[in-house]
Amino acid sequence: MTVDALTVEYWTRKGKIRAVEDMSFSLEKAETLGVVGESGSGKSTLGLSLIGLVPFPGRITKGKIILKDKEVLKLRKDDLRNLRGKEICYVFQDPMTSLNPVKKIGAHFVELIRTHEPQVTKQEALKRAKKLLKDVGIQPERLNDYPHQLSGGMRQRVMIGLAIALNPSIVVADEPTTALDVIVQAKILDLLNALRDAYGMALILITHDLSIVLQRSDRIMVMYAGHMVEYAPSIEIYSNPKHPYTQGLLKSIPNIELADQKLEAISGSPPDLLDLPKGCRFWPRCYCAFERCRMEAPPLITTGTEHFTRCFLYEEGRKA
Amino acid sequence: MSQNEILKVEHLKKYFPVEKSFIEKMLTRTRHFVRAVDDVSFSVLKGEIFTLAGESGCGKTTTGKLVVRLIPPTSGKIFFDNVEITTLDHEALRMLKRRMQIIFQDPYASFNPRMKIGEAVGHPLEIHGLAKHDEKRKRVLEILERVGITPAEKFSDLYPHQMSGGQRQRAAMARALILQPEFIVADEPVSMIDVSLRTAIIDLMLNLRKDFGLTYLFITHDLAIAKYISDRIAIMYLGKIVELGDKPTIFSNPMHPYTQALLSAIPVPVPERKRKTTELIGDVPSAINIPSGCRFRTRCRCAEKACEEKEPELIPISPDHYVACNLAEN
Repeated sequence: MTVDALTVEYWTRKGKIRAVEDMSFSLEKAETLGVVGESGSGKSTLGLSLIGLVPFPGRITKGKIILKDKEVLKLRKDDLRNLRGKEICYVFQDPMTSLNPVKKIGAHFVELIRTHEPQVTKQEALKRAKKLLKDVGIQPERLNDYPHQLSGGMRQRVMIGLAIALNPSIVVADEPTTALDVIVQAKILDLLNALRDAYGMALILITHDLSIVLQRSDRIMVMYAGHMVEYAPSIEIYSNPKHPYTQGLLKSIPNIELADQKLEAISGSPPDLLDLPKGCRFWPRCYCAFERCRMEAPPLITTGTEHFTRCFLYEEGRKA
Repeated sequence: MSQNEILKVEHLKKYFPVEKSFIEKMLTRTRHFVRAVDDVSFSVLKGEIFTLAGESGCGKTTTGKLVVRLIPPTSGKIFFDNVEITTLDHEALRMLKRRMQIIFQDPYASFNPRMKIGEAVGHPLEIHGLAKHDEKRKRVLEILERVGITPAEKFSDLYPHQMSGGQRQRAAMARALILQPEFIVADEPVSMIDVSLRTAIIDLMLNLRKDFGLTYLFITHDLAIAKYISDRIAIMYLGKIVELGDKPTIFSNPMHPYTQALLSAIPVPVPERKRKTTELIGDVPSAINIPSGCRFRTRCRCAEKACEEKEPELIPISPDHYVACNLAEN
């Protein structure tokens, strides 16, 4: 999949909000891409726009999304529906509300499979559902349960099972473990990794938790106020972070393996998207902002193979 | 109770009755209870940060609410500064609340949306009849300034929805501090705050402790934060403390299988650093039907026959390290 210059805007009464601006990246087969950012940084909007589900009043105003030679944004409604589920699937944050409370678990699978493959009989669909449940670590008998009979972690497993039911090439997991406890979180993330390896699908892991993406993804995209501020392999992000925001984030997360750690806070707070600072969106909180940052928005700069950052410090001819 | 202890809790229990439907009430006599807090004892020393950590539903928040007497305990005793506070009358409780305050997880839900921040922060002064009008305003501005809400003049006239989450949590700190308490229960104060703002709030809490001589009971599910902030930590599971010790002990030498599993599940911010997770079987059982014997045995990888019958007690295995596990006793 390739995404090129994607811009998503929300048209509200108070004005236009650019939730995602000028995003370009590509996703390889069986890769895990971690998207990390704070609330309001546009990470969920980005995920939703990949499957053409930007909620009203949002709309994609610019850019292209190409998935296996198809341009997602130009597809007709029916084709787009076919694409979702079969090619690209979404696991939402809250497993409590994303299942239908009056339908049995089995019915969820049957509906999904038969919508996309009408020739499959109900029996066959249920058989496949059983196997999928086994893959995600739930006893097949649970097919006859209603969602409220399962725990949060099990519901999220069901969601993942539904997501992989049609063997999609991409799974977008938006904060898949935020509503869950740490032990369950570790298990769900292990499961996603294992399935990625088994099915060879690409995984987009959207989260606010930098620890999770550092540990679990191949490449990381750091978002701030609608901008991609840094995009690099996770080892690069960890050992050689370029953007001051990424550096600040790394210094502010506790690591339980270190003995005496001094955390440093990033000053200020994220900007209001309706009232963005002029120039670079991060300068009011940046420790090394200079004159130019206040005037112009920095472009995405290449700072080595596969390492991109949106900061003037790394411009050609300038020593950081 | 020794001189150093500011808070002491003995055999504290809180059972919530489970609501039954009309028909169930007619048919059955037995009442079921959610055993949210089930025989918890600990003490907090003056000036320290004592953390209660555990997964959701382990009773940590209920313990916090019991300690500041927001809800009455089912049984057990709570001592604050050598005085038993479990049996205090209304007036005495009111006086007590000058000395102990609580900060909640959601700073938006804990402010009246129709009250300006300045009013809300000054409200405790009025309730306790400590200051009015100009004097109140002066003290409100002082405390807002102190928690980093600047310019205080401007912010005191804003409504809660006009502030960011981080600022609201600072305002909640200000409201708790305006009565100059000695003891603060902080219930997940940073879990709803954005990552880049968390550290600043935690640092603020640490600074305030120094300046005001505070003692904190810190409640969190995030052990990484617990490690950063606390002096001593108690790990809770299904309404009971399973392990208690000072920070270095808990993190370098966890004895209880649950603590070990919990620690191994925490993500480490290092790429390709896959930690060996200690496997736990299944999910947390319901607090209505707690397993017999050791309540952790259904998920424990080293449970034995004896664990089904004998409920382990929290016993010291070295000075200031307590574990509730049948296996640790030997």
